[in-house]
Amino acid sequence: MSAANTPEKPKNPQRRKALEEMARFSASAAAACVLVGGLGQQSKALPAQALRPPGALPEKDFLSACVRCGLCVRDCPYGTLKLADWSDGPALGTPFFHARNVPCEMCDTIPCVKACPTGALEHSLVDIAKAKMGVAVITSRETCLNLHGLRCDVCYRVCPVIDKAITLERTHNARTDKHAIFEPVVHPDYCTGCGKCEKSCVLTQAAIKVLPREMAALSQDAHYKRGWVEKDKAGGALVDAPVKLPTRGLDAPAAPAAPPSGLPNSNWRP
Amino acid sequence: MAANLTPYIEAEEKKGFWQAHRFGILRRLSQLFFLALFLTGPLFGLWIAKGTIASSMTLNVLPLTDPFVLVQSLATRHWPEGLALIGAGIVLVGYLLLGGRSYCAWVCPLNPVTDFAAFLRRKLGITTSAKLRAETRHYFAVGLVIMSALTGMVAWELVNPITALHRALVFGTFFGLLPALAIFLFDLFVAKHGWCGHLCPVGAAYGAIGKVALLRVSAPARAACDDCMDCFAVCPEPHVITPALRGGKTGASPVILSADCTLCGACIDTCPERVFAFTHRFDARALEPRALATTPLPTCERIAS
Ligand code: SF4
Ligand code: SF4
Ligand code: SF4
Ligand code: SF4
Repeated sequence: MSAANTPEKPKNPQRRKALEEMARFSASAAAACVLVGGLGQQSKALPAQALRPPGALPEKDFLSACVRCGLCVRDCPYGTLKLADWSDGPALGTPFFHARNVPCEMCDTIPCVKACPTGALEHSLVDIAKAKMGVAVITSRETCLNLHGLRCDVCYRVCPVIDKAITLERTHNARTDKHAIFEPVVHPDYCTGCGKCEKSCVLTQAAIKVLPREMAALSQDAHYKRGWVEKDKAGGALVDAPVKLPTRGLDAPAAPAAPPSGLPNSNWRP
Repeated sequence: MAANLTPYIEAEEKKGFWQAHRFGILRRLSQLFFLALFLTGPLFGLWIAKGTIASSMTLNVLPLTDPFVLVQSLATRHWPEGLALIGAGIVLVGYLLLGGRSYCAWVCPLNPVTDFAAFLRRKLGITTSAKLRAETRHYFAVGLVIMSALTGMVAWELVNPITALHRALVFGTFFGLLPALAIFLFDLFVAKHGWCGHLCPVGAAYGAIGKVALLRVSAPARAACDDCMDCFAVCPEPHVITPALRGGKTGASPVILSADCTLCGACIDTCPERVFAFTHRFDARALEPRALATTPLPTCERIAS
């Protein structure tokens, strides 16, 4: 540095060498930074089955806020949270959980959020029922026992937000033609993504899984207007009166079609 | 200059074992102490410090946050909760008093690893070393803050071998040991003091605090130096010694003012002539050649700055 700064004649070979060396070392530092940055781009993708703690900011903001201290992990009384190792998938050192291992028990006091010093877990979350860690989805309709017409109901019964986040919808069992199917249906507005259902699914591979909300709890395109919703919003019909459209000759019963000429009329009707 | 591979021998002979290894031993104890604070919880259920050295909470009252981590987070334009800000403030004030890179010598969990590599280097007589420039770490530190701003994530924490090692020890994330191992091999076979002395951006950040930090090492008895070069052999940042130790002729301060000094005290330990001592930044006293009286040097611009 000092050699480069001394006022010497421009063509001085020593100065030139020092400058070259400087360039070399700053270039290697820059290269290292770019490598780290590149790695950062890659770690932005959170594996679908890795869930963030309650109150976590959207993934992009979370990665700029979380300092990977593990205080949330320490204060979780159920050992739900883990800090990511290199082999785990989420960005190194960040907290996550796999619902099938240990789900979130939805503590009333939300100690993990309170422990977070950076606000990566938003302190404005005070009602754990408002948490949005993910959303449960029946990912395997072929294996879910309830969808076969059995009464497993386990995911429904363990849900801390039972009858709101998950309900059993009764439909006709077409296979037996006399029984009912009680289909577990998740309602994203209420599901917190705690993963109790996924944890408890009795199958070897859970038929219900918690997925990232941006994957499974989507909002309808704004340009797609549903008439009945718009009608509710407006508090009444959107057009003044039903428009009477011409029925194009269907007002009167159709006259029996004349048989093609040349054939006897058998009077047969399907 | 032939490498001096046997420092401490003469010091042991002249001053005894304790005086020749005092700060080395105290440093290991200090590093163990800071690690133990985090380990009593997971091991024995006795929670003293929670979290990691990136950010921690001690006894539920004392928040501490690594300023370099926080600066990166700020660079991503995230405004953290008060706790992290207070924690970083406390750390900042602490190191302003206690010397900046004293973090490196007394707290950093990676330091025993790189110290061990340096020790093995001497024992195995490895003298070859790749040429690195000590400023690389400054470019690297600044670059990482810029990278954080560009990528929107706390960039250094993706690879930081220090916090990775700490997490590995405290949280059992096994792969966190690998970067530390890589750095050990690098320091041992590739470059002497390669990591801590040239590349580590965390050390560079604490060094920035050290530019004005109060606690310093000084060479008040530099007149007694007999040029054995032991201090240069053990110092992880040998260039910091020269101005203070050789400044006698020009009347320069005997205080090691360079922010690169890690305040490890190895020079104090290894010097058989008791040249070095811990003191504060403004203590410019240098002992007379016969080491009889202490005479304050005339006001020195370097100290005031
Ligand atoms: S709400 Fe409770 S169980 Fe769930 S992650 Fe937080 S601390 Fe753990
Ligand atoms: S407490 Fe907050 S900053 Fe610390 S690891 Fe958890 S989410 Fe990240
Ligand atoms: S994840 Fe499952 S158990 Fe948890 S709230 Fe949603 S439906 Fe209920
Ligand atoms: S230079 Fe870096 S790795 Fe070395 S002791 Fe300092 S902070 Fe730790």
